Amino acid sequence: MSTDIGMWGVPLAILGGAIRVSTPFLFVSIGECLTERSGRINLGLEGTLVFGAMSGYAIAFETGSPWAGVLAAALAGAVFGLFHGWICKFKGVNDVAIGIALMLLGMGLAFFFGKPYIQPVAPDLPAIPLGWWSDIPQVQAALQVNALFIIGAALAVAMAWMFRSTKIGLTIRVVGDSTDAARAIGLNPNTVRLLSTAAGGALAGVGGAYLSLYYPGSWNEGVSSGQGLMAVALVIFARWNPIYCFWAALLFGGAGALGPALQSVGVTSGYYLFFAAPYVLTLALLIFTSSPDKAMDGAPGELSLNK
Amino acid sequence: MADVTTAQPTRHGVALAKWLPRLEAVVIPLGALIAGLAVFSVFLAVLGKSPVDFYALIYKAGFSSAFSWQNTLSRVSPLLFAGLCVALPARLGLVVIGGEGAIALGGLAAAVAGLAFAWAPSFLGFIAMGVAAMIIGGAWIGAVGWLRIRRGVNETIASLLMAYIAIALMNHWVEGLFRDPASLNKPSTAPLPEHLRIGDMPVGIDVHWGFFFGLLACLLAWILTDRTTTGFAARIAGDNIRAAEVQGLPVGRLVIGFTALGGAAAGLAGFFEVAAIHGSANGSLIVGYGYTGILVAFLARHNPLAIIPVAILLAGFEASSGLVQRRMDLPDATILVMEGIVFVTILLSETLYGRIAIFKPGFWRADA
Amino acid sequence: MTRSTFSRRHFLATTAAMGGVAATGSLIPTRARAANLTVGFIYVGPKDDFGYNQAHAEGAAAVKEMEGVTVVEEENVPETNDVQNTMESMINFDGAGLLFPTSFGYFDPHVLEVAPKYPEVRFEHAAGLWTEGMPTNVGSYFGYIGMGQYLNGIVAGHMTQSKKIGFVAAKPIPQVLLNINSFLLGARAVDPEITCQVIFTGEWSLAVKEAEATNALCDQGCDVITCHVDGPKVVMETAAGRGSYICGYHANQSPLAPEMYLTGAEWNWAGVYPQMVQTMLDGGTIDNFIRGGLADGFIKMSPLGPAVTDAARAQFEETKAEIEKGGFSVIKGPLKDNKGNVIAAEGEEFLETDIALESMDYLVEGVIGSTN
Repeated sequence: MSTDIGMWGVPLAILGGAIRVSTPFLFVSIGECLTERSGRINLGLEGTLVFGAMSGYAIAFETGSPWAGVLAAALAGAVFGLFHGWICKFKGVNDVAIGIALMLLGMGLAFFFGKPYIQPVAPDLPAIPLGWWSDIPQVQAALQVNALFIIGAALAVAMAWMFRSTKIGLTIRVVGDSTDAARAIGLNPNTVRLLSTAAGGALAGVGGAYLSLYYPGSWNEGVSSGQGLMAVALVIFARWNPIYCFWAALLFGGAGALGPALQSVGVTSGYYLFFAAPYVLTLALLIFTSSPDKAMDGAPGELSLNK
Repeated sequence: MADVTTAQPTRHGVALAKWLPRLEAVVIPLGALIAGLAVFSVFLAVLGKSPVDFYALIYKAGFSSAFSWQNTLSRVSPLLFAGLCVALPARLGLVVIGGEGAIALGGLAAAVAGLAFAWAPSFLGFIAMGVAAMIIGGAWIGAVGWLRIRRGVNETIASLLMAYIAIALMNHWVEGLFRDPASLNKPSTAPLPEHLRIGDMPVGIDVHWGFFFGLLACLLAWILTDRTTTGFAARIAGDNIRAAEVQGLPVGRLVIGFTALGGAAAGLAGFFEVAAIHGSANGSLIVGYGYTGILVAFLARHNPLAIIPVAILLAGFEASSGLVQRRMDLPDATILVMEGIVFVTILLSETLYGRIAIFKPGFWRADA
Repeated sequence: MTRSTFSRRHFLATTAAMGGVAATGSLIPTRARAANLTVGFIYVGPKDDFGYNQAHAEGAAAVKEMEGVTVVEEENVPETNDVQNTMESMINFDGAGLLFPTSFGYFDPHVLEVAPKYPEVRFEHAAGLWTEGMPTNVGSYFGYIGMGQYLNGIVAGHMTQSKKIGFVAAKPIPQVLLNINSFLLGARAVDPEITCQVIFTGEWSLAVKEAEATNALCDQGCDVITCHVDGPKVVMETAAGRGSYICGYHANQSPLAPEMYLTGAEWNWAGVYPQMVQTMLDGGTIDNFIRGGLADGFIKMSPLGPAVTDAARAQFEETKAEIEKGGFSVIKGPLKDNKGNVIAAEGEEFLETDIALESMDYLVEGVIGSTN
């Protein structure tokens, strides 16, 4: 039996939406954050995300275990990352351009091998019912939290700590800020970037597995609609800080739930504009928080995006 | 005599220095294209499909007959304009990925202008539509440049966000304010009057005038970037913005100007889609041309002239997608896979520039 | 040309009587293609989407079984210049003599642009509105699937506890509006207190937004949900996962959640396309404007699911039989739209065959939502 919650549905939907929709943004953006901190940009994570969604779904279906699917997606993502990292080590190769080509390749391979998996139903990832304390079914539904969301949040915190307080984090930051300085202290920038890009790809792959194995929870060619590309852009918004990536992903997910939620309580006209809310909000915040003097605060010095 | 013998190798050397890089710029990507196709052949062979059949089909569908050329060339126009939208700002080192938005709003602007100028003769009507599309598209992407200069907002993310906003606005208006009540199953603006529809060029195949104007736009853009002082200034600013500012170059105006020009090109893509293909503005403007343009521009190394062959090649691949599906029982994504592989090899080949001996003048002088 | 309802009997009669001469008297060349016909099917999305495209692909599969027929298919063709090239490519390279470009947006301008160039090829478009003056080698056909949504609504009306049912819709176009209205009116035939909440996603295929829309409906207490998007898989799985009953659309989605699936309004193109192709093979002419309903085998209902109560089953079967008799109207007076305007006065009714329904621009009283 459900309860009539009326207008309360809107904030609740935003909360629920933030938790449901944000996870792929979260994984892709912290993955890209890691890659960009090492001085490379991988614009192709949309392709990795889509391939992760397909491979995760396919493996989950074949093995019957959604976690095997997540693992497969992570591995596939790592392979794409390694490929990107390896190619970009050659002199004169543009990492942005390679990312775009790999986006195409990732999507192409996912659609190619994914055809037979559009119809079958793979097992979903389980959710943790964090809303047990409430009697209201809508609250319980909104607080059905997937384990990957919690893992992603923990990873964001761990990554922030890693950058600040560990030797690995320092190494990545040095390589990202200056290739010459890194060489001078005996680091191999190419290896560091290769591994950072591989790890970033693995995280993006997991983000894809969330799409196909939990929410919306099926594999088809339209499963992503650009989340991967948007998440890469969110890293700039989040100033290369994993914690900010987490908040940016939540903001984006929550704002995305606004449109359907408003329609459900009777605010019915102009829904295209409400659907654009996440983009308007992000742009407004971006304009508000930027200034010409500190155009690239927090940006790794070697990033080709900001010469 | 002595003068002549010393002058000759010098002139020879000048010619070599001039032509070898150009030869290099043709041979390397062509070689990479062939290498990429070879890699894709392996992919096909592993799947038990014949690469020979496959390439024969691409040739048949895209390049063999009058119809196949129509099949290819009729797809080129939006790719040219969308490629320019990325390439022009890229000359200043800016990565703009939101051309899709300028196409959507440019197309809508052209449709609305066409209805407002329905009374006008074709010539005037076309100018009104084209200018409206260029102004809206130019303002949209120009705003990205302006935000970059004035507020330090990163142009990559701003252009992407603004693309989504533009698409929402276009859908909102096409299904609201500007909707033709008679467009039942596909909400659209009112159809353009017949005399404001752009027809095919008189070349015997059905390729509309957008192709010609796309080529013209690429040529003009190339003159701007490679043959004028403005283009030269842009290149300096693209290499190093601070150095350009120190030299007193108007970096702000260059950034806003080049982004606006790119946006105007994307707006024209929308104009031709509306006036030559759809006859009205509707959701079919949003099919990803803006994103394909990113690929086109990067493959062309942001050289406006190189955009032309890249766009034609890509269009030819796309043209063959259907026949490959129908004849070889391969999914439509096969072409995507091939494009992905080919583009990775072409981009990878950029590492070879300046590293192959036969393209260095010294190689030939030593031989002589 | 007269607009005629399509039926098996009518079809055979036309074919036999006319022997290749169109009803208008205009001659359509019928030179010896009886032995061999290539038929092209063009889909806007993947053909196994559990939805609109799959329904057409099932029709194509039935055509494939026929003697002397070759079927060529292409998926994921956008509604741009691309579909014009695809049609011409099928004609030029495969020798297609009959094309089924199946997406709404293919019709105007694309089919109308290409058809005059190939007068000997037949173009059959789903959902288009062929009118006098359009090329005569073009035809448009469709089914009264709103009747199916009405039957969905009847079952939903019996099964809902909250008296609120939900509809996830792509865009407010006439066919979608008719489906929404029919779904609600079906439910109100059971209990006039029931309301239907609609959420538009703005796109024909957008997985995450469809899932969010479904969740929003469930949050508002809708406990029976149906949809009109290209691929209903996401809506069905999400709604069933939230514990709502589901009514299918386009194709049979019961394998996705057999316990929660009540019934569904399905296309039956596998019953229609072979007849159209047979007419071509026999050298006959297909009418330019064809519509058909449950009785004509254009649409069908999914088998009722295990959860459906006996009362629901009884009223469903009874109404279905009534519809199949013909002359049934869903939109009939007294009826107002949800802004209070009168749609139909007492005694006024719109038969399923009424062409006015194909330009519907209102949501009836009891539907919560707006058309713009």
